[in-house]
Amino acid sequence: MILHEAKRGRIANRRVCLAAVIGALVALVVLVVFGCVVYDQATLTHFDQKNLPPSLEHPFGTDWMGRDMFLRTAAGLSTSVLLGVVAALVSAVLAFILGALAALGGKRVDALVSWSIDLMMGIPHIVLLILISYALGKGFWGVAVGIALTHWPSLARVIRAEILQCKASLYVGVARALGQSRWRIALTHMFPYVLPQFIVGLILLFPHAILHEAAVTFLGFGLPPEQPAIGVILSEAMTYLSSGMWWLAVFPGLALVAVVLLFDCAGSSLRKLVDPKRNQE
Amino acid sequence: MSKVVFHTIAKFLLLMLGVSLVTFVLVSLSPIDPVQANVGQAAYLNMSEAKRAQLAHYWGSGIPLWERYGSWLGDLLRGDMGMSLRYNAPVVEVIATRAVNSLALMGSAWVISGVLGFVLGITAGLWQNSIFDRLVKGYCFVLASVPTFWLGLIILMVFAVYLGWFPVGFSVPLGMSAADVGLGDALHHMALPALTLSVVGVANIALHTREKTVDVLESDYIRFACSRGLSRKQALLHHGLRNIALPALTLQCASLAEIFGGSVLVEEVFSYPGLGQAAVTAGLGGDVALLAGIALVSAALVFAGNMIANLIYGFIDVRMSLSQPCLANEGEKASHQLKSSISRDGRPQDGEVS
Repeated sequence: MILHEAKRGRIANRRVCLAAVIGALVALVVLVVFGCVVYDQATLTHFDQKNLPPSLEHPFGTDWMGRDMFLRTAAGLSTSVLLGVVAALVSAVLAFILGALAALGGKRVDALVSWSIDLMMGIPHIVLLILISYALGKGFWGVAVGIALTHWPSLARVIRAEILQCKASLYVGVARALGQSRWRIALTHMFPYVLPQFIVGLILLFPHAILHEAAVTFLGFGLPPEQPAIGVILSEAMTYLSSGMWWLAVFPGLALVAVVLLFDCAGSSLRKLVDPKRNQE
Repeated sequence: MSKVVFHTIAKFLLLMLGVSLVTFVLVSLSPIDPVQANVGQAAYLNMSEAKRAQLAHYWGSGIPLWERYGSWLGDLLRGDMGMSLRYNAPVVEVIATRAVNSLALMGSAWVISGVLGFVLGITAGLWQNSIFDRLVKGYCFVLASVPTFWLGLIILMVFAVYLGWFPVGFSVPLGMSAADVGLGDALHHMALPALTLSVVGVANIALHTREKTVDVLESDYIRFACSRGLSRKQALLHHGLRNIALPALTLQCASLAEIFGGSVLVEEVFSYPGLGQAAVTAGLGGDVALLAGIALVSAALVFAGNMIANLIYGFIDVRMSLSQPCLANEGEKASHQLKSSISRDGRPQDGEVS
């Protein structure tokens, strides 16, 4: 008997990871599409069916205006996911540009970018979001721009460090010695090197963006109250807690947690797939 | 040493200048008219023209940004942060009274989450892959995805509304004069918000401590200690604890920004009169001076946390202060490395989850 024979019958780890990534992304797309389809229904009021506890007909119950909480949650989540994806994309591109500038643009640019990273990280995130949202007059644009402008520093740091590491590597030195142009080195050697980190960082930005959107909306600086958004639903639920309507807060919150976990699962599985240091696990 | 001190002070002043400038520019960009935001639509429409002008003057609209910023900065150097228009009191006073509440809340959450997270992390790392370890890991991963304010709502609902063990909000009993409020009352009101903040804060520190414990247990010196006859637990307690505790303490110091962010949400949920709630009120009501004051105070708090983290690192790890003349930068890098080592574990970067 061979003692170190590999265990058989187990599904390969990489395949599990790939399945997790695809499964999570499909679930999210389905959610967004479903939310968009039922968007109009979610705002319908039925005053003969208000304040109903959860039942088969209304799985999440209904609120004080007789709106179905399940549909409202779905519509709200799809708004949040869309907003989060757009804002995180903008933020990630900003992070990429600034990180690359800091690493390749010389000492002064590096100092400037590093200082602005420190400045952004020196103010608590929520306070900064409140300030930006206030500057833009709150509402959709307030929260979207706020999230896009505040989530780049940590990823920019990662990108900067990666590019610096790549710049010091032997093969870039060889390429330079062979007389390749700077653009060519940047495109053929550095870009592929940082791309995996960038994509993983981007996907791991989504959960943050969505949670912050919900938080800022909850505080009253985000999406307007007539829109179905998780933050709006939860801040409304807060006023009905003492009357015992627990379903208004519990289910939408759980749904939000589920969405964030899905994004997190997709991001960390993808990291295992593309990160050369970890993809043998 | 004096060079380091000078460097730190210069960095601090530059940061404060940056924060205040950003705050002022952002607030002056806002299309929200503070007069309308505070008076209300109906009252504003019925108001006489003279009254409107008087209010606009009171709220300082119409004065150009640079003039306002200049005079505010001049006052700040003399220790005057201006008047809070919402609370009708000097900003310094508003911040001081609320900072006491907030610091008590954040301080207790900081200590509880630090100690609890450390103990959980050590225990989980010591019995790696046991059921307890999996529970701790699962708890931390889920907690990273839970919005603080929702958790606050659930805790409020269970412990205050259904069980009735704790008050629903505020920092003191209603209808009681300030002189009669005892420490017990204050603690009773602070319990739920502090619990919420601690429960969320545990995740970061526990995961980090767990990783570190696993690393230390695989090290040569622990193996040597074990081969001398110590049990794994003894070896860890005698030789490993110090190596694990230091980075954990540094990480906890650097997490002040996250705790402050969490306290804004938690204070709003529990109607707890702290700095966070004042920031929200100031933001919703267009109270520029108070908003700027709170932004400055929170940035100073975060800076202090990072500085303490750096100092701890420099003092304890002699290699750090010997090899680099400027320890401030190195400590920052080290604490950043700590963070990124956590985020490499599949958690979102910078851990601040609301």
